[in-house]
Amino acid sequence: MAYSDKVIDHYSNPRNVGTLDKSKKNVGTGLVGAPECGDVMRLQIEVDETTNIITDAKFKTFGCGSAIASSSLATEWLKGKSVDEALAIDNMEIVEELALPPVKIHCSVLAEDAIKAAINDFRVKNGLPELEAAKSHH
Amino acid sequence: MLKLPIYLDNNATTPLDPRVLEAMLPYFTEHFGNAASRNHAFGWQAEEAVDYAREQIAQLINCDPKEIIFTSGATESDNLAIKGVYEMYAQKGNHIITATTEHKAVLDTCKHLEKLGARVTYLPVNAEGLIDLAELEAAMTPQTILVSIMYANNEIGVIQPIREISAIAKKYGALFFTDGTQSVGKIPVDVIADGIDLMSFSGHKMYGPKGIGALYVRRKNPRVKVTAQMDGGGHERGMRSGTLNVPGIVGLGKACELARLDMDADTQRIAAMRDRLERELLTLEESYVNGSREHRLPHTTNISFKYVEGEGLMMGVKDLAVSSGSACTSASLEPSYVLKALGLSDDLAHSSLRFGLSRFTTDEQIDYAIGHVKEAVTKLREMSPLWEMFKEGIDLNSIEWAEH
Repeated sequence: MAYSDKVIDHYSNPRNVGTLDKSKKNVGTGLVGAPECGDVMRLQIEVDETTNIITDAKFKTFGCGSAIASSSLATEWLKGKSVDEALAIDNMEIVEELALPPVKIHCSVLAEDAIKAAINDFRVKNGLPELEAAKSHH
Repeated sequence: MLKLPIYLDNNATTPLDPRVLEAMLPYFTEHFGNAASRNHAFGWQAEEAVDYAREQIAQLINCDPKEIIFTSGATESDNLAIKGVYEMYAQKGNHIITATTEHKAVLDTCKHLEKLGARVTYLPVNAEGLIDLAELEAAMTPQTILVSIMYANNEIGVIQPIREISAIAKKYGALFFTDGTQSVGKIPVDVIADGIDLMSFSGHKMYGPKGIGALYVRRKNPRVKVTAQMDGGGHERGMRSGTLNVPGIVGLGKACELARLDMDADTQRIAAMRDRLERELLTLEESYVNGSREHRLPHTTNISFKYVEGEGLMMGVKDLAVSSGSACTSASLEPSYVLKALGLSDDLAHSSLRFGLSRFTTDEQIDYAIGHVKEAVTKLREMSPLWEMFKEGIDLNSIEWAEH
């Protein structure tokens, strides 16, 4: 499959690979996907509690090049955004930025879900109500 | 200088041996005659070349030259053998026995015949990729006309117990057909000693040209007949019409001769490289060889690397031309049905690589492949949440996955 240069760049030089301390109150962790489906994405955010700005984001992804690129790009976009701004990230923006082929749109959906799951985890930890279920793509 | 990418997909196809090309060239231009032209020297010359190729082939598999039917390749040979036997022996019965790990050319042909009234038994294989002889025997009925079991598997290289299988087929009066595509030219195949009644094979899997293959059809004890699948001029003893591909046939003949002469030396060298590749890659934690390591082709290994995903892995080993255990042509990756038949889970089946070495593979290439694969697997695992969980001792089955 012919991938865009951006996918190949993120795959070859993934940004923000790693793990944040999920026990910390200001860290939100989202784990989405399933091994049998061939994709598991874990996205983590660290939030400055006074400003509500995402100061750090890390990912680990088991998946194809598009899944790795989508999660790598997501971490780049998350850093510096407020939690509310992060919630507004739409999977189609990822599709456009990476020029994902149609069969790989799923990877961008996974990234969006991982962002929402991480934010949800952060909210629950901090006594905020859970967001209404992330839109279902199943 | 090492030229990249490195070709390690020789079970898909092999490069043409320059010695084969040299033998073929005059038959495109100078000796271009039609082997069926009986009236002039051009035809005679072509026919002579074809006859010589038949002898070269016959010597490799220990048959009579007259028992070779030229086809366009193994897929056609598989079709001709199975459909041809089914039609020819319909009066005796309609039952065929094959295995779940056969090539699609066999499986799809059997499925086609099922629509026409055939009853087909698909034998399972064990974790090693081998069929159970007791199960084969239990499946035999008086209506069984054909047992079709491949000699060696294209994905995992596992070699079936051919002599035992043919003995069982014979005991119940059925014919034994084997898809010999991966084995002929690579390991000793002797149709008499092995008790084979029909066997398909192909030029391009043994350093010969593409578009030429053959079907061995036994003429004595028993005399086997197949119904032609193509109508026409009655070439190849009426079993396969069509003007003979003379340069291709010359190439297949030469490839068989070289295989016979070089087999021992080639095998020794290739198996040593394969074993080294395998040994080195198995030093990666959680990596597994798929299929029997004992009953296996000398140039093939198929290894799964747990906790990395197949397509991501293929991207990571971009400097190697290898084949993956998943067909990543769609959003939902289809894991290999052969690996699934061995009992591999989807994720392990996805994350496998097939390495097929050849006469032309070098130690230097293997060195590079070892380093390249190790690097890719290590890098992807560092990026894999599943690997992290595994290293922390978390049971992945205990996690409630949000399925997509």
